[in-house]
Amino acid sequence: MGSTNSTLLKIPNVEVLMQETGFSPAHIIRLHDRFKALDKEGRGHLCPQDFGAIKELAMNPIGDRIIGAFFSPGKEMVDFHTFVKILAHFRPVDKDRPKEPNSPELINSRSNKLKFAFQLYDQDKDGKISRDELLKVLRAMLGMQVTEEQLESIADRTIQEADLDRDDAISFEEFRKSLEKVNIDHKMSIRFLR
Amino acid sequence: MESYLFPFDSLICMLLGISFTVWFTLLLVFIIVPAIFGVSFGIRRLYMKSLIKLFEVSELMLKMHPVSLEQEIHEMRRGGAEPEFDMSDIFYFCRRGVESIVDDEVTKRFTAEELESWNLLTRSNYNFHHISTRLTALWGVGVLIRYGFLLPLRVTLAFTGVGLLVVLTSVVGLFPNGRMKNYLSDKVHLMCYRICVRSLTAIITYHDSENKPKNGGICVANHTSPIDVIILASDGCYAMVGQVHGGLMGVIQRAMVKACPHIWFERSEVKDRHLVAKRLSDHVADTSKLPILIFPEGTCINNTSVMMFKKGSFEIGSTVYPVAIKYDPRFGEAFWNSSKFGMVNYLLHMMSSWAIVCSVWYLPPMSRMEGEDAVQFANRVKAAIARKGGLADLLWDGGLKRGKVKEVFKEEQQKLYSKVLVGMCCLFFFFCIHFFFLN
Repeated sequence: MGSTNSTLLKIPNVEVLMQETGFSPAHIIRLHDRFKALDKEGRGHLCPQDFGAIKELAMNPIGDRIIGAFFSPGKEMVDFHTFVKILAHFRPVDKDRPKEPNSPELINSRSNKLKFAFQLYDQDKDGKISRDELLKVLRAMLGMQVTEEQLESIADRTIQEADLDRDDAISFEEFRKSLEKVNIDHKMSIRFLR
Repeated sequence: MESYLFPFDSLICMLLGISFTVWFTLLLVFIIVPAIFGVSFGIRRLYMKSLIKLFEVSELMLKMHPVSLEQEIHEMRRGGAEPEFDMSDIFYFCRRGVESIVDDEVTKRFTAEELESWNLLTRSNYNFHHISTRLTALWGVGVLIRYGFLLPLRVTLAFTGVGLLVVLTSVVGLFPNGRMKNYLSDKVHLMCYRICVRSLTAIITYHDSENKPKNGGICVANHTSPIDVIILASDGCYAMVGQVHGGLMGVIQRAMVKACPHIWFERSEVKDRHLVAKRLSDHVADTSKLPILIFPEGTCINNTSVMMFKKGSFEIGSTVYPVAIKYDPRFGEAFWNSSKFGMVNYLLHMMSSWAIVCSVWYLPPMSRMEGEDAVQFANRVKAAIARKGGLADLLWDGGLKRGKVKEVFKEEQQKLYSKVLVGMCCLFFFFCIHFFFLN
């Protein structure tokens, strides 16, 4: 019992963190251990190279975009709080928690999960997914499996289906609308260990 | 009209009568009699082997069809067809990426528990959507067999087992205390637990039975589900420890305690650690009484790890007999998430799975060594159990699953302060009395 308590006490503002993200103490401790394991040089924060060292992430077609999501523009370091807050996006939605009318939106709400995914597409952060950005993602995900023409036609078709105001780009609202029927909670949640 | 139905009426009665008799005879021969004598026909092992073959078939079927997006993409390359893209496809890669960020040694073990093949139970169907009609048909047949045939059979057996337990232990309770009563009580308990084991179609392999717990000792085991008790108690006789319940459980508890001494605590007594410890020590001091069965984790863990053992049971100072229980997840998920499912729901889940296959290892007895405190002893036992059962030895407190972190430091301060307060109160009282009587 002593070891779990002492770890929690070492983390500053851990109560606030738990409240904001909804993680339990056990989760926080596990994430802290993982954070320390990734921070090989023991600096107390992570840099993009630390993420890059994760083999499976390096092999992921959109690995660098995911890493980019952790670092806000201009920052080259991620502290533990930011690490946990970003990961909180992937917490499964609490179905049993009653909806309080005036409470701030949870990090792992459907809308915030969608926003997270949107920013993976929208790299220049102008609030729209342009045809170019879509092509880049498609190229990253499909690589050499399809020809350039096929990629272009997929991109055209996707924009055609989703773009409602005909500005040749997909805004966040259009993105959200096109994914109305998708079970975001299932696809954008990972099982954090109890 | 009525005369038309009459011959059918008697025909139906006859058929019902015959089927009941056949059913009862089969029940008696194949289940109750072997349970009394502790032998087995080996039917369950045969069943288990055929289930394994079935799962291999389903695995082959799965391999033929792409399951994940990556596999779909690979298929497209061969087919030359234009892949169907959806904006949500990025989620798959995103999820995988974040999983690898969060992933660590322990999480890997848990995600590895996610079955590579599908055991045809919907509840373990995390990733697999409709794959092929053949597999779905197989699943449908499985549902029919499990719910239509196995479930009623098992429920009947369960009722028989529990009913017999209550009735027979009450009968044995009428005997005068002595060797005869102990002998009968042992036999009755064993028989009823064996029937319950068969009612769950539990296929248990016991290892190292020479280390089975003896009188005057404490048996500790890791805890996954309430049926751990039934699994252990069908192979040996134990004194159970627990809280007094109302309802059916209460009836069972009261009946059991008539036949041999179990330790049931009232709700109020549970909070008093000293009372609990005293009762347990008194029980182990009496070598004519059965070994106590305790689950020190205090809560159900999902059977891939052994969480922190509460030190209470290790302070008593008698020999500890550790037991490791490991369930095979291929046949059914035995873990009980008590915050999600109630007891009845859980039992129904259990009874409608294919089977419960587990292994039990009896470890050699351990005692507290010189200079070792209860916590260190508890950790040593826990490590031994985790090693034997192939479970991850985690330094987690099982109570973290539900409640907030216990603030041990605060508690210590509170204790100190309250002691000071009590001390002062006593002094105050003393002075008052003194003052009162002297005047």
